[in-house]
Amino acid sequence: MAVAKDFSGFKARELPKGEYFSPGHRACQGCGGALAIRLILKAIGNRVIIASATGCMEIISSPFPQTAWEVPWIHVAFENAAAVASGVEAALKALMRKGKLKKEKIFVLAIAGDGGTADIGLQALSGALERGHDFVYVCIDNEAYMNTGIQRSSSTPFGARTTTSPAGKKSIGQMTNKKNVAEIAVAHHIPYVATVCPSHYIDLMNKAKKAALISGPAYIHCLSPCPTGWRCAPNLSIEIGRLAVETGVFPLYEVINGKYKIQYPHRRLKPVREYLQLQGRFRHLTDEYIELIQKKVNEEMARLRAMEKFGSFYETVMANL
Amino acid sequence: MISWQKLNLGATITEPGNARQFLTGDWRTQRPVLDKDACIRCGRCWVYCPEAAYKEDGDGYFSCDLNYCKGCGICAQECPVGAITMVLEE
Repeated sequence: MAVAKDFSGFKARELPKGEYFSPGHRACQGCGGALAIRLILKAIGNRVIIASATGCMEIISSPFPQTAWEVPWIHVAFENAAAVASGVEAALKALMRKGKLKKEKIFVLAIAGDGGTADIGLQALSGALERGHDFVYVCIDNEAYMNTGIQRSSSTPFGARTTTSPAGKKSIGQMTNKKNVAEIAVAHHIPYVATVCPSHYIDLMNKAKKAALISGPAYIHCLSPCPTGWRCAPNLSIEIGRLAVETGVFPLYEVINGKYKIQYPHRRLKPVREYLQLQGRFRHLTDEYIELIQKKVNEEMARLRAMEKFGSFYETVMANL
Repeated sequence: MISWQKLNLGATITEPGNARQFLTGDWRTQRPVLDKDACIRCGRCWVYCPEAAYKEDGDGYFSCDLNYCKGCGICAQECPVGAITMVLEE
């Protein structure tokens, strides 16, 4: 297996102390995305080059002439974070081969929001995954275009109210289902795909480190609770992230070489209403729509659990060929 | 203000993490207050702070840098023993 064997996971008492995402950035109060980036950088360390697409995390971290990044960072257009990251990786490889740079492991990270991943940057992401560059793509998914004022993206879940999918007499908000980009990444047969949420921070840091240590492309899908856009109190953003995981709305799993493993939820699912009722963007939903969402969540969890079972079955079949 | 003649090529910023010069503390309407007797020094407040405003001091306690704290209240919400309370700023 390509996962580096010497990494056995972070311990709660011995988390790395380094901060590579400095205070003074302009994120809203209680921003889940800023926390996710801080934890990811903590896990990966400072030997990293980051390409960041336009989006919340770019806007808040680099108000000219200041920057919150303490690692090399480049801002690129909305659609090409993955393309620039693959260029950086190819350049590093060439410079090291020619002896112009000292040979060492420098991680390459592409960071984009859900709009920069699921809508605008999908082709660049697909191309980079297909070419097999050794980089990590992190999608900070806050489920709408938050920095321009909460417009729907293809990652907005069913029933959510945004400014371009308003709720009213003739509409229940977003009418389509959330695009599952993690599954699209799995379909490229890349070595590592994972979903993370900052509420489960050890899980997030372990997966970020694993994704970086692996050789070949890795994709991380991070749910980042957004108090501004989800219409909730800023102190609840971690709690909402935790409920998203525990209700099964956003299960945390990893796919290593096509084999699924679910980390959370490992107990019985909480009712999805607990997650929805804390957020103003779902306030208009009636019981029948909540039932519908619950049904979809149950189906998706059943599918994931079946995939997990199928993984071990598949492995025994392949071993006995 | 920087004039355009003094900008780096490509408007690159050469000083890492200089957003520290911008104090976000004045966004705050409530501030966290730690009860040291109840604190079990687990560090959840430090882990969950999106601003990286918490710092570990010598004794293993975590203290909040009020220059940067935006007062979101995540630390008070996530504290497992309820040692942090949010107090309104005057």
